[in-house]
Amino acid sequence: MPAPIDESQVRHIAHLARIKLTDAEVAAFGAQFANILKHFETLSEVNTDGVEPTAHPLPITNVLRDDEPVEPIGVEAALANAPARETPYFKVPKVLDQETA
Amino acid sequence: MSAVDQVTAALDRIKRLDPQLKCILRTQDAAAPIKSGDGLLQGVPIAIKDNICTHDGITTCGSKMLANYRSPYDAHVVERLRAAGAVIVAKTNCDEFAMGSSTEHSAFFPTRNPWNPECVPGGTSGGSAAAVAARLVPYALGSDTGGSVRQPAALCGVCGLKPTYGRVSRYGLVAHASSLDQIGPIATDVRGIARMLQVIAGHDPRDSTSAHEPVPDYLAALDQSTGKLCIGVPREYFGDGLDPEIRRAVEAAIETYKSLGATIREVSLPHSKYTIACYYIISTAEASSNLARFDGVRYGHRTANPRDYIDVYSSSRAEGFGPEVKRRIMLGTYALSSGYYDAYYSKALKVRTLIKRDFNEAFSQCDILLSPTSPTPAFKIGEKSDDPLAMYLADIYTTSISLAGIPAISIPCGLTASRLPIGLQLMATHFGEVRLLQAAHQYQSATAFHTATPPVCAE
Repeated sequence: MPAPIDESQVRHIAHLARIKLTDAEVAAFGAQFANILKHFETLSEVNTDGVEPTAHPLPITNVLRDDEPVEPIGVEAALANAPARETPYFKVPKVLDQETA
Repeated sequence: MSAVDQVTAALDRIKRLDPQLKCILRTQDAAAPIKSGDGLLQGVPIAIKDNICTHDGITTCGSKMLANYRSPYDAHVVERLRAAGAVIVAKTNCDEFAMGSSTEHSAFFPTRNPWNPECVPGGTSGGSAAAVAARLVPYALGSDTGGSVRQPAALCGVCGLKPTYGRVSRYGLVAHASSLDQIGPIATDVRGIARMLQVIAGHDPRDSTSAHEPVPDYLAALDQSTGKLCIGVPREYFGDGLDPEIRRAVEAAIETYKSLGATIREVSLPHSKYTIACYYIISTAEASSNLARFDGVRYGHRTANPRDYIDVYSSSRAEGFGPEVKRRIMLGTYALSSGYYDAYYSKALKVRTLIKRDFNEAFSQCDILLSPTSPTPAFKIGEKSDDPLAMYLADIYTTSISLAGIPAISIPCGLTASRLPIGLQLMATHFGEVRLLQAAHQYQSATAFHTATPPVCAE
């Protein structure tokens, strides 16, 4: 099992999860994660050789339906909760800057 | 009482008692005309956990992230309830995105236990359980990922059912952990549970995990004989950490079943000690993926002055999510990240197989399994807020059932000396709700624990 995580790892995970953390949060989460992961690591005691994983409690597979068109939700309803909009679009800051565009 | 009177009475009671309990986030517009009809729930006022979408008003999931979110549609269960004549009178408080065990992780306020306002109501459907316990509404809906209907039902002294995975459509339930989430009813007695399940169960093409199993007549089944029940008692659920008063109450319930003619058999669920680790790895991994949708772009909170487009995500999520949600997204991200995937996530999926096998083995020896719902009665508000692992460990008896996908119900089986409710958990095989409800109803026909009301009801 991997070693408990340090602050640089907490920052790395936060970056992967796209959550900006304060220094105080990094310290607090680091300590809590060490504790929680130690508990998670009890799973290493279990012999799982030859055991198939269960991703899902029921034996169901892909579900297909007939390809029949249905009434869409509509632009207005889809944009109604948008924090910023320029009809008929969601508005976001520039993704590509001048040089890379 | 007429339909209009029932709804007015519920709203009056909410107005009078909820300021001290804080179960309700908001009442729904009562101006909508109440139709007459002969639906199974005609004119019955119902409260809905605020992570289940209603097209009228706001659906917050107990989060600042969705403080102003207006769902464009009703959840499948809400459609079903309305079609059966029910009136959605309120949305209830819950832990943010249904993550927690106490309703203290609501971004708005903690809910108080109607039996003792210094205690938590349990969680995450704490608002729904407390609202039914205080008789604000006869029925409520919650959602149960690892015990979030059953544990608050136990701590508030009411009944709460987690149906079989796939029994009830999750269309319109804000996703937390998709291989575990189920919607379940809360009521004061098993008959109420059966009535609600009757309305909400059944196939829905909009949830691809929704089962095609036929829906039996649960209400009629309650009055039919259960036959001779064989009840299994998993010895691992009576180990260290179980409060002695709860142990005594559950042992007394076993005696009650014996006196009703049931056969009692000790069984073993040998992988029980790995349940919490397995559950929290899988549920946080799935949550980290599900909650990626909250990106500040299409709905939900967006930070005021983002530096660039990445900052739209990172700062919006930093500002919109509370600590428990951040903690779980990050734990899940870690468990799925390169280098750790095999040791955590992949391992947990295999242990899940072993936990499922334990249940299959146990159910080859009996019809119903019986255990406590929670190892302790309601704890004090603030008691576990600084120790997330301690809070996770409180889910010891409920999470295994969710991993196996089987149905389970919590019903009241007594009070502690300090007058806090104790919950008895019964479990059945996949789609075994008829047997489960019959067994629970049989207990309630012979006992009166479910009729006890909290002190707040005397006010």
